[in-house]
Amino acid sequence: MIKLSHIEKTYEGSSGPVMALKGIDLEIKRGEIYGIIGLSGAGKSTLIRCINMLEKPTAGKVIVDGQDLTAMNDSQLRAARKNIGMIFQHFNLLSSATVYENIAFPLKLGGCSKEAIEKKVQPLLQLVGLNDKQHQYPAQLSGGQKQRVGIARALASDPKVLLCDEATSALDPQTTKAILELIKDINQKLQLTVVVITHEMQVIKEICDKVAVIEHGVIAEKGTVLEVFTNPQQPITKEFISVLISNELPSAFRGAEIYPTAVPGSHLLVRLTFIGDSADDPVIAGLIRGFDIEVSILFGNLDHIKLTPYGRMIIGISGEQPEIDKALEYLKSRDLRIEVIGYVTRHGHIAD
Amino acid sequence: MSQDMVTLLIKSLGETIYMVTVSMVIASVIGIPLGVLLVTTAKNQILECIGFNRVLASVVNAVRSVPFIILMVAIIPVTRLIVGTSIGTMAAMVPLTIAAIPFIGRQVETSLKEVDAGVVEAAMAMGATPMQIIWNVLLPEAISGIIAQLTTVVIGLVGSSAMAGAIGGGGLGDLAIRYGYQRFRADVMLATVIVLIILVQVVQFAGNYVAKRLNKK
Repeated sequence: MIKLSHIEKTYEGSSGPVMALKGIDLEIKRGEIYGIIGLSGAGKSTLIRCINMLEKPTAGKVIVDGQDLTAMNDSQLRAARKNIGMIFQHFNLLSSATVYENIAFPLKLGGCSKEAIEKKVQPLLQLVGLNDKQHQYPAQLSGGQKQRVGIARALASDPKVLLCDEATSALDPQTTKAILELIKDINQKLQLTVVVITHEMQVIKEICDKVAVIEHGVIAEKGTVLEVFTNPQQPITKEFISVLISNELPSAFRGAEIYPTAVPGSHLLVRLTFIGDSADDPVIAGLIRGFDIEVSILFGNLDHIKLTPYGRMIIGISGEQPEIDKALEYLKSRDLRIEVIGYVTRHGHIAD
Repeated sequence: MSQDMVTLLIKSLGETIYMVTVSMVIASVIGIPLGVLLVTTAKNQILECIGFNRVLASVVNAVRSVPFIILMVAIIPVTRLIVGTSIGTMAAMVPLTIAAIPFIGRQVETSLKEVDAGVVEAAMAMGATPMQIIWNVLLPEAISGIIAQLTTVVIGLVGSSAMAGAIGGGGLGDLAIRYGYQRFRADVMLATVIVLIILVQVVQFAGNYVAKRLNKK
């Protein structure tokens, strides 16, 4: 649906040219929700604006729905943009127009008749749940309601692609959730391809199928959200994920010395990660029944990445060394990811 | 004050209103598009044309830097060419209009600059043409501010029109100079000043009211 090949963008800064995008390749399939995450200044806003050519790339090709936008003249481009809806962090609604007029705006630009506009706008008001607000002005709405207007407006011209530029960054957590639900809903109902720009991993986790992590104008890492979440490669990715999933040890062990081999009174800490169906596997029961060891659960949580269950647990294993080794072999044979942290003593020091 | 004086006062007020209204209308017809051009042809704007923008800005500054009383005298040949005379109400309207155009241009520019760039960007993302952006985004979004700014221009014009009295332009200024000043009629002078004060108050009040009604922010 969207194909970006080797996109470069250079700005003329006051101290010489600044390269905001340094060769971005990205392919987004029809019906996908694709997340692009990066810190501010990473180039993600520039990148999303290249998709509808609000920013013209210095080099590279932008192909949306089979059309090469980079090869178009201004009027062809304006026609092509009607296929690409966009919503913004600060909503960018016309303050002088009512909710109804705002949603009708792209249709009015397209020269639709009053009746055609009415026919189109009413279902959209319904879709975003703002029927009772249609005659109000944006200033009278809450942030979440404003973004709903933005979404309805973006959908008015029946686009095939929806670009979301930090669409939830100005909203509180509850409203963010509701707006993300709405975007997910629209994606499914209308088979819309959605591109989401954000600096919040929560947003990616909530709705995206795939993610690209962008840093200093290049894509540091990309893949399915599940892959990237459970097995991040780059430091920047790990940092984003750590906001949601702490890799730190439980507080009782923080600061404690970790030994590579067993010491008296110590037990072995192991981090287990369950993804999808493996979350149903009774691993702990298997450990206790199969081996002469003691297992204590020190930390655990279960979460979802979009719809896939995703669990993490830290367990402590104590017992005779051969049994511990066998237990580890058992864990490795199961369909889950394990990480051996090391041996710690219960109170942080070696027992006498 | 005699009945004649009151009649004269009313006639002068009528002339002032007439001069200001006509000049304002003509100047707005030219000045508002001028303001739009000043904004839209600037760097990174929808009709970017930096060279043109610089020339336009210089011309505006040049006209604005000439004091009205000098402008009035300096363009007498032009006035004569347009209205056939250099004295009277008609003649006063030419310099009033010429002085008001760049003033309006700058004021409109200020209002348009306050329009959120994000809204313009949103319209571009929807495939709006530059003309559609001007008509459907910039002007409606700025209308309240433009009205407030134009109110200031009208009040400025009332002041300038009084100055036109100095060259026999008619209106309240003319009355004040001929009767109040040259014939030492303090009562006429006072009456003129009071009428001017009331006129300005009414204009300001009306402008504020309309601007407020149009402001949906």
